[in-house]
Amino acid sequence: MDLDSLYQEIILDHYKHPHHAGLRDPFEAEVHHVNPTCGDEVTLRVHVADGVVEDVSYDALGCSISQASTSVMTDLLIGKSVDEAMTIHQTFLELMQGKGQVEPDEDVLEDGIAFAGVAKFPARVKCALLSWMAWKDATAQSLDKEKA
Amino acid sequence: MIEGLLPELEVIRKDFPILERTLAGGYPLVYLDSANTSQKPQVVIDTMVDHLERHNANVARAMHQLGAEASEAFEAGRDKVAAFIKAPSRDEVIFTKNASEALNLVANTLAWRGDLQVGEGDEVVITEMEHHSNIVPWQLLTERTGATLRWFGLTDDGRLDLSNIDELITERTKVVSLTWVSNMLGTINPVREIADRAHQVGAIVVVDASQAAPQLPVDVVASGADVLVFTGHKVVGPTGIGVLWGRREVLEQLPPFLGGGEMIETVRMERSTYAGIPHKFEAGTPPIVEAVGLGAAVDYLDHVGMDAIHAHEQAITAYALEGLQTVPGLTVMGPLDAASRGGAISFEIAGVHPHDVAQVLDSRGIAVRAGHHCAKPAHARFGVQSSTRMSSYLYTTPAEIDALVEGLHHTRSYFKLDA
Repeated sequence: MDLDSLYQEIILDHYKHPHHAGLRDPFEAEVHHVNPTCGDEVTLRVHVADGVVEDVSYDALGCSISQASTSVMTDLLIGKSVDEAMTIHQTFLELMQGKGQVEPDEDVLEDGIAFAGVAKFPARVKCALLSWMAWKDATAQSLDKEKA
Repeated sequence: MIEGLLPELEVIRKDFPILERTLAGGYPLVYLDSANTSQKPQVVIDTMVDHLERHNANVARAMHQLGAEASEAFEAGRDKVAAFIKAPSRDEVIFTKNASEALNLVANTLAWRGDLQVGEGDEVVITEMEHHSNIVPWQLLTERTGATLRWFGLTDDGRLDLSNIDELITERTKVVSLTWVSNMLGTINPVREIADRAHQVGAIVVVDASQAAPQLPVDVVASGADVLVFTGHKVVGPTGIGVLWGRREVLEQLPPFLGGGEMIETVRMERSTYAGIPHKFEAGTPPIVEAVGLGAAVDYLDHVGMDAIHAHEQAITAYALEGLQTVPGLTVMGPLDAASRGGAISFEIAGVHPHDVAQVLDSRGIAVRAGHHCAKPAHARFGVQSSTRMSSYLYTTPAEIDALVEGLHHTRSYFKLDA
């Protein structure tokens, strides 16, 4: 079992020094997601204005994979249009669910390609996806609110 | 040689074929997850295979030779379990799917009309160190009936805080349900002392022995329990079968749980009458081969001797506690003296999340559990979200503990904690 393919340097760096950590104002939606099998949790806020992801802020507890994934996600999504962000989300999801068979696209995923190895560890895929699912949920809620 | 170890440990290990396995990278299996599920000796595997190959039929209703053989083997399983826990009567041993179902059976039937019915104004007392399966059924019961749920808190060293026992257990208390041995903290609770107090106020005492039955000699009457449950797969038996033991008077006062075949005396369209215990609580085709396997499992443990197994667990636990102390930044949750705890040791390592600890250990063939171990409130009590847990059993060797400790040192260096 190749541990180093799971714990890439990039992942360990993000784990030790997470980007965009902490909960910030303003925000349109806040969600709390947990991984019931292990108890990892994230509280995540999104601030969307004029179709742009202005901010993603969070307070998360969990393993290196879930923490690094959250950090990388904020790097990738903040500043993008919601549509672009959703595309990146979909690309990351496909990589994670690809059982290690999907070639990651560095142009889209940047540091996120470091998670390619996680896809080979089925027990850890949920860790990597926790905050991504939280972001999608929160964004959907903020868009609903906008329409209402 | 460490005192208390099973004298024929190498012979015992040969009884468990899975212990011969090697894992990715050529590492031999170091199985330290027995509180999660235990491994199975050859005799359990062979007994189950033999039953399926030669004696398979439904029980209690097949009027042929195989049916008689299957019924006899199934009921022999009940006899063996009754002997294992020193039940006064074999009829007091009810087979369920697992310990969770056994606890749910009790918590559900207590909500229904009957002599023991729990209602508004009544109280149910549990503890903060319970497995979720001994919390949620009681939350459901009290929510449904308007009763109140109360619980014992924990001391800083992971024991039950009994300082307010007289405020918690009162004439309003109808049920006290607690674990004998904590699956997270390892603590062995003073069940008899609490049961005696509960009986003074007329409450019934439910004991979750899921972690106790594998490692302590169990005498249900001496324990003080009115109801005691455990699961087959933690006592070297198969999954899919649990045990509910109850005092005859209590079981007879509880209404039936699941309705169906085998639990009836007679059925008419207007109403039915019910079979006596144990069949009253065993609707439908039971887990037959599982009961046969469980019988072989408890026979095996009795043959090794539960006193000897307990001594072995204590020796290994003491050795592990000592070894774990050598790992910088490691904190053990729960009592630190092996004499007052079971063989599950949960710990934290500053700077590494339990998942990552378990992942690195797994890459070296060492199987432990990481997470909340279905005991979130107990983790919350100690301000942690999750922990790593090693749990030993009768086949665990000091060399395996050495491998764990070395693996933990390696984990720290892998995550560059000293850099």
